[in-house]
Amino acid sequence: MNPYSMQPDVNGFFGQFGGSFVAETLMPLIQELQTCYAKAQDDPDFQAQLAYFQRDYVGRPSPLYRADRLTEHFGGATIYFKREELNHTGAHKINNCIGQVLLAQRMGKTRIIAETGAGMHGVATAAVAARLGMQCVVYMGKTDMERQQPNVFRMQLLGAEIIPVSSGTGTLKDAMNEALRDWVTNIDDTFYVIGTVAGPHPYPAMVRDFQSVIGRETREQILDQEGRLPDSLVACIGGGSNAMGLFHPFLADDGVQMIGVEAGGHGVESGKHAASLSGGTPGVLHGNRTYLLQDEDGQITDAHSISAGLDYPGIGPEHAWLHEQGRVDYVSITDQEAMEAFQLCCRQEGIIPALETAHALAEVARRAPTLPKDHLMVVNLSGRGDKDMASVAEYLGGSNPSHAAEMAS
Amino acid sequence: MTPTSRLDRRLAGTQAENRPALVTYVTAGDPDLDTSLDILKGLPAAGADIIELGMPFTDPMADGPAIQKSSLRALNGGQTQKKTLAMVQQFREQDRETPLVLMGYYNPIYRYGADRFLRDAVEAGVDGLIIVDLPPDHDGAFFQAARDAGIHIIRLVTPTTKGERLKQVLREASGFVYYVSVAGVTGAASPTQESVETTLADIRKHTDLPIGVGFGIRTAEDAAAIGRFSEAVIVGSALVSCVEHAPSPGAARDALHDLTRDLAAGVRRAR
Repeated sequence: MNPYSMQPDVNGFFGQFGGSFVAETLMPLIQELQTCYAKAQDDPDFQAQLAYFQRDYVGRPSPLYRADRLTEHFGGATIYFKREELNHTGAHKINNCIGQVLLAQRMGKTRIIAETGAGMHGVATAAVAARLGMQCVVYMGKTDMERQQPNVFRMQLLGAEIIPVSSGTGTLKDAMNEALRDWVTNIDDTFYVIGTVAGPHPYPAMVRDFQSVIGRETREQILDQEGRLPDSLVACIGGGSNAMGLFHPFLADDGVQMIGVEAGGHGVESGKHAASLSGGTPGVLHGNRTYLLQDEDGQITDAHSISAGLDYPGIGPEHAWLHEQGRVDYVSITDQEAMEAFQLCCRQEGIIPALETAHALAEVARRAPTLPKDHLMVVNLSGRGDKDMASVAEYLGGSNPSHAAEMAS
Repeated sequence: MTPTSRLDRRLAGTQAENRPALVTYVTAGDPDLDTSLDILKGLPAAGADIIELGMPFTDPMADGPAIQKSSLRALNGGQTQKKTLAMVQQFREQDRETPLVLMGYYNPIYRYGADRFLRDAVEAGVDGLIIVDLPPDHDGAFFQAARDAGIHIIRLVTPTTKGERLKQVLREASGFVYYVSVAGVTGAASPTQESVETTLADIRKHTDLPIGVGFGIRTAEDAAAIGRFSEAVIVGSALVSCVEHAPSPGAARDALHDLTRDLAAGVRRAR
């Protein structure tokens, strides 16, 4: 029996992490969600509906692609990309949205709310809500709306109402606070689609389950292409849903090393980062106990990352647990390292990755050259970077890509 | 819990006077430490029967804009858990009878160290705790430790708390039951009297504790209306809004105490 598939316990705990630390108004709602989700998991009709949308709407399975030029460039490990950026709406996020919005429909809810950082979860939620004929409201920090303009427009085109959040730092954490405030106010018709493996139980487990399609496919594909399991898996982590989706089906395979990459911002030692495991301490926020960026008085501190999707002061509780178990290695990558890997991927593979994903690629750049050619390394290409053009141009010092490229070389 | 705790005595006293108790919420450290201490010390004379002192938190998920801003003002002024406990201690030096309940979110307590926090809270003279995001399902050990330390854990009942859940929430409640009268955040919508009265009757089937009603009570009229059928009325957002809209810290204190006097008059004409 896979000890890792037994988590969480009935109260939603992964070891000491997780749980459901929410206001009493929400407790009956999340208990109802636990019950309905458990029923849906065992219902072949729900699973068939989910499989249909994954195949014909999202475009699954996503390819497992051997990145030959990048492999050659590093001259070490053989690198595979799990191409989640080819999914409909451009990231892994939709795997989870499909599952949750179908569940919302089963539960008779008519209004979908979501928080979003980079906007990828917001876009995916808006798309699925449109497809299933549900009203959709997305909370997004003001800071994030500025740096992710194209996604704001996409969500609007998809019929969602975007509510700017200016409280706090106007980023993902504040958007999540506002979404929780909306949910506590609109208890009858509203379903809160959380975009990552965090929040109160059952969200961390439920989002993980919906995202685990990534790891299940990867397993099948690598066995098919290489005849054996990979040696290592690499994925970026904000809340940690793409990483959990890739890792989870491999947790019981001792030979598969796993590396989660947090956003190091200006460097963990600078204090300006979003690396909750490398630079945080255990606490309770947004419904779960996990590692958080906080001061000694238990006040949540601001995260910093060039990537809006990783700019969150917490991490999913299962990651906190896997960290303490030592099953997954968690490292951090700075803004600058991510930006270098971003450009390398564009030029070597002709793929513009999301800035979030670029953090995982930077860790590949660090490890791959030191490893033998028969080391199989799978990196989750979790999203595409079209949304990041403005941030990249600003970072590289010009809005003209050729100028920016010159600056970078 | 002994029946002679400060909180029990006060609620028995107001019930003997055939009126609801007035519970006033203010945030510790808002707008600054000195003014906040002045505000706190003046509340009993202005007519507060029970004081709820908010421990500010960066991410008050169940609070509306008024208390969010109040918390940020306090934190920007350098408020900490330690300073909040020190305020309680200073308050207790002049007032040994007015019950004081700390209200807030779990993380600052967790980070302080739950046992250490309870010890320091008892020493400072805290009578009860309301922790918004620590549901009965998860507070077993903490609740027991609080009870051992002689601190009431005030349980929240909401419009969604029904059936078995209601029994579970009330099972180990003490002090009083805090009925959150609307599904929502603090300071937003106001409840209808009829719905609250009906729900209170349901809650009373499962507990003999006094019931305080909070959320959406802003004026003396609201307090009189809700206080007709509840043992306490709780006012928060309207009071901290006095601080937000005042031109100076002194004016904030005066406006907040004036509103407290109004509300105190309101609870005295409730029945």
